[in-house]
Amino acid sequence: MRRWLLWLPLVLFALVVVFAVRELRKPSDRTVYSAMVGKPVPDFTLPPILSGRPGLSAADLKVGQPRLLNIFASWCVPCIAEAPQLMKLKAMGIPIDAVAIRDSEPAIAQFLKRHGDPYARIGDDRDSRVQLSLGSSGVPETFVIDGRGIIVKQHVGDIRDEDVAALADAWRNAR
Amino acid sequence: MAECAVKTVSGTLPGFRASAPLLLRQIIATSAAASLVLPLATPAAAQSRPPAPYANVQLSDPAKEAEATALMATLRCLVCQGQAIVDSDADMAGDMRSLVRQRIAAGESADEVRDWLIARYGDYVTYDPPMSAVTIPLWLTPLALLALGIWIASASFRRRRPPRR
Amino acid sequence: MTAEAGLVALWLAAALAAMQLALAALAVQRRDELLSAAVRPVAIVQGLLAVLAMAMLIRVFLLSDMSVALVVANSHSAKPWLYKFAGAWGNHEGSMLLWVTILGVAGAAVAWLERRVDERTLTATLGAQAAIALGFYAFLLFASNPFARLANPPLDGQGLNPLLQDPGLAFHPPTLYAGYVGLSVAFSFAVGALVTRDVGPAFARAMRPWVLAAWVFLTIGITAGSYWAYYELGWGGWWFWDPVENASLMPWLAATALLHSVSVLATRDGLRAWTVMLAVVAFSMSMLGTFLVRSGILTSVHAFAVDPERGTFILILLAIYIGGALTLFATRIGLVRAGNTFKLVSREGSLVANNLLLSVILGIVLIGTFYPIVAGAMGTQLSVGPPFFEKAAGPIALVLVVIMAAGPLLRWRRDSAAALVKRMTWPIAVTAVSAVALVVLAGWFGLLPMVGLALAAGLAVASVVPLFGRNLRRTPMFVYGMVLAHLGIAVSLAGMAASTAFTKETLVAKGIGEAASVGPYRVTLRGIRPVVGDNWSALEARLEVQRGERASGLLTPQSRFFSNPPTTTSESAILTALDGQLYTVLGQPDGQGRWQIRLWWKPWVTLIWFGGLLIALGGALSILGHWLRDRRQKRRAHDAAEAAAYHEAWGA
Repeated sequence: MRRWLLWLPLVLFALVVVFAVRELRKPSDRTVYSAMVGKPVPDFTLPPILSGRPGLSAADLKVGQPRLLNIFASWCVPCIAEAPQLMKLKAMGIPIDAVAIRDSEPAIAQFLKRHGDPYARIGDDRDSRVQLSLGSSGVPETFVIDGRGIIVKQHVGDIRDEDVAALADAWRNAR
Repeated sequence: MAECAVKTVSGTLPGFRASAPLLLRQIIATSAAASLVLPLATPAAAQSRPPAPYANVQLSDPAKEAEATALMATLRCLVCQGQAIVDSDADMAGDMRSLVRQRIAAGESADEVRDWLIARYGDYVTYDPPMSAVTIPLWLTPLALLALGIWIASASFRRRRPPRR
Repeated sequence: MTAEAGLVALWLAAALAAMQLALAALAVQRRDELLSAAVRPVAIVQGLLAVLAMAMLIRVFLLSDMSVALVVANSHSAKPWLYKFAGAWGNHEGSMLLWVTILGVAGAAVAWLERRVDERTLTATLGAQAAIALGFYAFLLFASNPFARLANPPLDGQGLNPLLQDPGLAFHPPTLYAGYVGLSVAFSFAVGALVTRDVGPAFARAMRPWVLAAWVFLTIGITAGSYWAYYELGWGGWWFWDPVENASLMPWLAATALLHSVSVLATRDGLRAWTVMLAVVAFSMSMLGTFLVRSGILTSVHAFAVDPERGTFILILLAIYIGGALTLFATRIGLVRAGNTFKLVSREGSLVANNLLLSVILGIVLIGTFYPIVAGAMGTQLSVGPPFFEKAAGPIALVLVVIMAAGPLLRWRRDSAAALVKRMTWPIAVTAVSAVALVVLAGWFGLLPMVGLALAAGLAVASVVPLFGRNLRRTPMFVYGMVLAHLGIAVSLAGMAASTAFTKETLVAKGIGEAASVGPYRVTLRGIRPVVGDNWSALEARLEVQRGERASGLLTPQSRFFSNPPTTTSESAILTALDGQLYTVLGQPDGQGRWQIRLWWKPWVTLIWFGGLLIALGGALSILGHWLRDRRQKRRAHDAAEAAAYHEAWGA
């Protein structure tokens, strides 16, 4: 039996400890990010959910001007928290479209009435099909899409005060 | 039920083995005096929509259904704590099941559907890690260990060691 | 008062552990017999104090004492008493206390009962046990105090997670921990023997029953856990390669290799290095599992209260214990290795192959479990689950099954391959016939399950072949133990392969009076009604089940709502037939008067856990068999000594 083989278990254990320590000190981000960032928005067409408000399709995002795409729902509480930030972004002149996940017209109408309505278009994604094709894994999420329809940035979770500037910058740089 | 992008800290949930989706754990986390205050949606409001068409309905062709089920057992639920979409009650898992079934019914192969999902979510979504620069050590380890084992075995049989105390 | 008593008991136990360690270290270094003699009673009292602390915690739970923080977080006065009792260990602190209690009890048992090992080695063993206990007492007292009080006790607690409110909670953790932590005895023995350089057959004979006992408990614990998850979680799966499940499998794999190795060391004085290393590795895997489950570095449905700080504490303990033991092994094993030679085709050869293959599987499970962290360090997120483990470990496990069939039929030291094949004609024939029969009767259902089933049949025959041509009444009981344990593996394997390959699922939405079929069963929904229990309310479906012509019974799956904490669980209803189980689950209403019903027909699935119990029983028979033989040998030796003394005295 070679001598060095006797030290092998200890070496393997040391490796395990190294990785464990690294993980404990800097825990991996467990957020699931979309792999579509940098790729074109996949083709989709969503019917309108609110009467009087047009639905959303991929073509509407390739209009030469960057836009924000907000994935939200009336039953999602962090969406309430981010509503003021979305209104701020709209006030800066940033156009925002929305995809409503598993929602209904009355609930959306009430949500928008209560918390503000920054959206130009809202698509009705009943089976989360568009959410899945974008690589989004929850609500709320916000995508920055450039004028040619390429997804430039993804923001997971609600938009906080400190995130507004970063999103606005991303939008400006995406022109 | 809601799949809010803010994930709960399972640290406040002792001994929790759950098939329940993230939301229920969020409820429990708050009631268990969680250190994070997590915003919640009430379940009643979240059930405003019925499940996706093929979330809980099997395909009529048994061969295709078997293929779909086999694939679903290897796809990860993105909003759960370590479950495949085939055994999760989360809404998003149901949506993913519906997507899988519909695509397989439309004639796509299991690999194509898996690749489509990987293109969206990265390797995280599949429990069968695809071969890549990152996963080569993982897939080579069994072979390396076997080789090491055979080498150790042959080394211990080759030499006639004199008995020692 | 009770909580304080428990805390005091815990502190005293920790103090005694420190004293035990100090005494043992001095005794071993100075070869002082008096100090050695003092170590045993200290270990026994330490164990008793740990038991006292655990008893106090259980009492506090049974009394629903809401001034104790742990009770508030995990219990409720309306819970049935069984779940108050078992709920004491249904959380991080309580289960850690159970862990440490079993550690103390195991040490006390060794101190009280072990007489075969050289006294100095035993002292070193008890010292190692005390060292481990000390670290974990410190962890409990400083980082996970179960007896912490609340300044303002609330009116009532937050209740126990409903998924844990099941008899399984009373079974699975105690047996699992008895196994897990029982392996600490093997670890301590190995460390003790390395310290005193006393690795030999006597040491192995002493260690063997402790290894077997821990292994039996671990087998029962894993089997119970698998069955509990199967019926509780509502999707009929019995193993998911979840990190926490793997954390219990890894010690089991090491312990299985160890129990074979220790027998070789005991009877043939071979495999010394393997035995010592496996003893260290087995408990190291237990401790690693404890770390994985409680640190939060891996995502799991099963993860306990998660806290990176606590995780760091445990990791430091691990580094000291495992690092220390492995260093001791590497530096000292060269001096105790013996070399009874043997050829490749021999019993020893098959046992070396057994050790190697089990270690390879252990390595695969370890790297598969850890790889998400490694990938995270490389910047990507990925998931490793059943497809990897089945592809990587499955074929190796099947090779191991073949070796398991051949091993008991091989002779010690050297044998011929041709002779082996001749002895194995029956198993080989059965395997071939089964394979053909399966293809003919069931068609092609996947390579792994087919090979698994055919090999299971062959292994079943091979396990009983050692009994052919023996006088069955004079066969030692431990041979029966081996036969039964190997047979149990065959049975379990058959169950796993058959249920994986032949399970049928039907998922339907049915109204009252409508029927669906799955496998040989026809299931009719007769009604839905509300039902109330101790601390839950439920909607219960009445399913009338029919097989062929006969009515088979009534199944009542429920969708259950708990209020503390508020959760919905699905209680499956299972009909067990001779050839499988009908598994039914009630889902959501579809809003149009129909209810979602999930039905599975799982042929032969009960064999999995029945096999597990057979394995455990085989292990128990082995323990008994060795003990009986030891007693008989001691009596013969005693009689022979008396006869010799008589002759000497009377000169006849």
